[in-house]
Amino acid sequence: MSTHFVHPYMPNSVPAVEQSMLREVGVSSVEEIYKSVIPDSLLFKGKMNIPQPITSESALKKHVMGLLNQNTSTDDAISFLGAGCYKRYVPAICDEITNRSEFLTAYCGDTYSDHGKMQAIFEYCSMMAELLDVDVVSYPTYDAGQAVSSSFRMALRVKEGRDEILIPASMSPEIRSQAEAYCQGFGKLVPVHAPNGLMDVAELGKKLSNKTAAVYIENPSYLGAFEPHAKEIMDLAHSVDAIGIVMAEPSSLGVAEAPANYGADITCGDIQSLGIHMQYGSGCGGYIAMQDNPALVNELPTYLYGIAKSEKDGQFGWGRALYYRCSHASREKAKEYFGTESGLWAIAAGVYLAAMGPQGMKELGERIMAYAGYAISKLAAIPGVKVNASNAKVFQEFMVDFSGSGMTVKEINKKLLKYGIFGGVDLSVSFPEYGQCALYCVNDTTCAEDIDKLCDALKAILGGAAR
Amino acid sequence: MNIGGKRDFHEARWDEPILMEMGEKGQRAVLVDGIEPKVADCAGTQGAVPDGYARRRAPKLPEIGQMQLQRHYLRLSQETIGADINIDIGLGTCTMKYNPKVNEAFVRTPKFSELHPYQDPETVQGTLKILYDTQEYLKEISGMDSFSLNPSGGSQAIFSNISVIRAYHESRGEGKQRNEIITTILSHPGNAGAPSTLGYKVVTLYPDESGIPDIEALKAAVNEHTAGLLITNPEDTGIYNEKIREFVDIVHSVGGLCVYDQANLNGLMGITRARDAGFDLCHYNLHKTFASPHGSQGPAAGAQGCTKELAKFLPVPTVEFDGTQYYLNYNLPDSIGKIRKFLGVPAVVVRAYAYIRSLGADGLKQVSELAILNNNYLLKKLEAVRGMSMPLAKGKRRLEQARLSWEGLHKDTGVTTDDIDRRIVDYGFQSYFSSHHPRIVPEPFTPEACETYSREDIDEYAAALNAISEEAYADPEIVKTAPHNAALATRMDEDALEDISQFACTWRAYQKKCVKK
Repeated sequence: MSTHFVHPYMPNSVPAVEQSMLREVGVSSVEEIYKSVIPDSLLFKGKMNIPQPITSESALKKHVMGLLNQNTSTDDAISFLGAGCYKRYVPAICDEITNRSEFLTAYCGDTYSDHGKMQAIFEYCSMMAELLDVDVVSYPTYDAGQAVSSSFRMALRVKEGRDEILIPASMSPEIRSQAEAYCQGFGKLVPVHAPNGLMDVAELGKKLSNKTAAVYIENPSYLGAFEPHAKEIMDLAHSVDAIGIVMAEPSSLGVAEAPANYGADITCGDIQSLGIHMQYGSGCGGYIAMQDNPALVNELPTYLYGIAKSEKDGQFGWGRALYYRCSHASREKAKEYFGTESGLWAIAAGVYLAAMGPQGMKELGERIMAYAGYAISKLAAIPGVKVNASNAKVFQEFMVDFSGSGMTVKEINKKLLKYGIFGGVDLSVSFPEYGQCALYCVNDTTCAEDIDKLCDALKAILGGAAR
Repeated sequence: MNIGGKRDFHEARWDEPILMEMGEKGQRAVLVDGIEPKVADCAGTQGAVPDGYARRRAPKLPEIGQMQLQRHYLRLSQETIGADINIDIGLGTCTMKYNPKVNEAFVRTPKFSELHPYQDPETVQGTLKILYDTQEYLKEISGMDSFSLNPSGGSQAIFSNISVIRAYHESRGEGKQRNEIITTILSHPGNAGAPSTLGYKVVTLYPDESGIPDIEALKAAVNEHTAGLLITNPEDTGIYNEKIREFVDIVHSVGGLCVYDQANLNGLMGITRARDAGFDLCHYNLHKTFASPHGSQGPAAGAQGCTKELAKFLPVPTVEFDGTQYYLNYNLPDSIGKIRKFLGVPAVVVRAYAYIRSLGADGLKQVSELAILNNNYLLKKLEAVRGMSMPLAKGKRRLEQARLSWEGLHKDTGVTTDDIDRRIVDYGFQSYFSSHHPRIVPEPFTPEACETYSREDIDEYAAALNAISEEAYADPEIVKTAPHNAALATRMDEDALEDISQFACTWRAYQKKCVKK
């Protein structure tokens, strides 16, 4: 027998209420209901081994906060971590709106109940469209990995009969793993040599063929550098009638050209850096964008909130457009599956883009690049350390090569922790060809003191190694 | 207060302009931190956009003051009927239960919100313990041996489950041969969409008159090509499939695997378990049964459970404990790889953890029992509603939800379920879930009275449906022309949404395509 208690989340747990409801239903217990339909052999007769409940809210808060307080966050340390998830200052207004109960607890309501939610998401798409200089932006996908994976499958469908996606060998390992599984059986990812993240254009030329469905680049590259041959690469893709796909970091687009303007047919990526807390990776959400080309638009697998006039002059409504594309409507005949993805992040990113405006996005990009430049200059002065060996232009990330220091990145990062510093992502596992390299990232709140402290700590750590 | 199902309700209607049209040039809502002089002096040339790639034309983003921006979005929020502000019994299968407010504190503290997924595990032991313990609890709830918290939604968990099935058959040299997935028409459409995305042929079972999938059709469908069965139980109908063990055995007999889609587990916790029915895999939507908010459709999480035989195929990383430290294991050579960047959506898992800890084993069972009671109480109340019926499996009790039909009312009055779906907004409720496509129950409606709704809430909801039924019989036009009191004052041109020549999902596209110059 289970012991009932009156629980604040369950008003009908009050015994008198429950009894009265049972009477109305015409049964003596709930057990009577489910035992009438579930065979005895399938009833669970044991007891789940789950700790006793923490019944009061105050005790629950103490318990969970006690666990979380064991963490050291990037607010408690100086962090140089990036690689697809970026610390950003999140304006208070973003949190204020994102945490509004109405948005936080809405779900799949539509035109007539959630007019405001749909307008907010339409406005997000509209602002992303300005940032990306395109006319069509998808409802947010699960993350950039899903956005890239779906972009690949869209290209494979549009270019039926072709089965190769040419990618830079430096592609984000996380996203590559997702995309390879997602394309299995439909196409294969063919890596093109990309030293330090920059695609070898000559090799790309050789690998292009009538089997090429798409050419994909990341800009900036996973390894940090902007791709200086992006237009040439898109032109090469088009020379064999393939689709050009660019994953762009949206927070760079106040200063860097929108990929559509150098030939990208599909632009995709993550919106986490637009006013969304990292939350240990929870903040990711993807976008897929393109010009208004029906052949490609028809292949988008996720929601599109279309705008249309209402009967009242000047008032618009929104609804799920071209819904036949989606698996909720067409099951196995849909373009691909989709589901509950990351709608709330579209609202957050919309508030962010509107708050920043064109000038804010420009200043953001300029600030991040200035600090990346400062960090490169300062780190390069440390003996045994090679920084951004290709001398490429970078946005927020760059490679730091510790191979000459006699220490591994892992060892160095462990020692940096003692200085309250999270060193850059260790690339020696995913990209062993670069030796002991780390991917360092600055963010929009990094200050000179942070970088100077990093340099001092590294000098001490590496100096110790030399002795 | 007895309001008889009719509040004097009107949703906020602000006639709010499109944000792209608001503000004036030069206005700012937030300023960016400047560049320190020593940084400007020493920045070098490498933090820069390459020649030829500088942005030529600034993006036409809004330029607006902070107060005006805040007001705009607050107004849009008022034009949104979240679960917190209404009795959200109508969105059946979605499990719109209460999302405890204290759980929000756990994901908003910088101790969580400012964690980077590549931090040294030594610095995130608190969060890793939460993830690990949640896996342990879910193992108890399901009877499964292993869990992955990587999938970032129910459909992605379905996708991950099928990926595991594919890896399993490939490991046995039967990958090519086993190219069919069986599902049911009343299981979530993701169970058809995800296998198709992976290249499987999809075989769909329909219910017989008992309301459960036709077992003879299953027997006819299984063969050496069967990779697996994806099935929900109860399906959207709330009818428990008492032959579920036989379904599993039939599929196992030909070498297929079985996946329990338990996206909505709300009527089953502590009552019956996936593993005990013989399933190889299952998944739970933590944003449904485990009380994380739905967030205007995500972020979400789909916890994926499996037997120990299949554990080696789960996505990476897994969260493990060596007796002293929690750590992430990427070293699983047979894994299907990454299903989502980093570790999925830990924010949803943290909330689920707090929810489970607030209830314990007995409390979770009580959740399911009260969800069943609430649903049956609602169904009892709805018996009196003219024109509404509960097709399939006459006389059989439903568990946590039910698929109902307005077929009678439609025949009598011409009013459709879609009309009522709009009309119910005038009563202060979120629009309801009718059915996924295709609608095999005519004029469907699928309520789910979760355990967090009070008896008064349910009474009010039932009274509203009753009042709308009476309206339909007395004055059908008021229902057909609804909504009247919603944020959107009139019907929109819904046909335009399916016409690609009029399609616009951004303001700039609308200006180009639909505004006459």
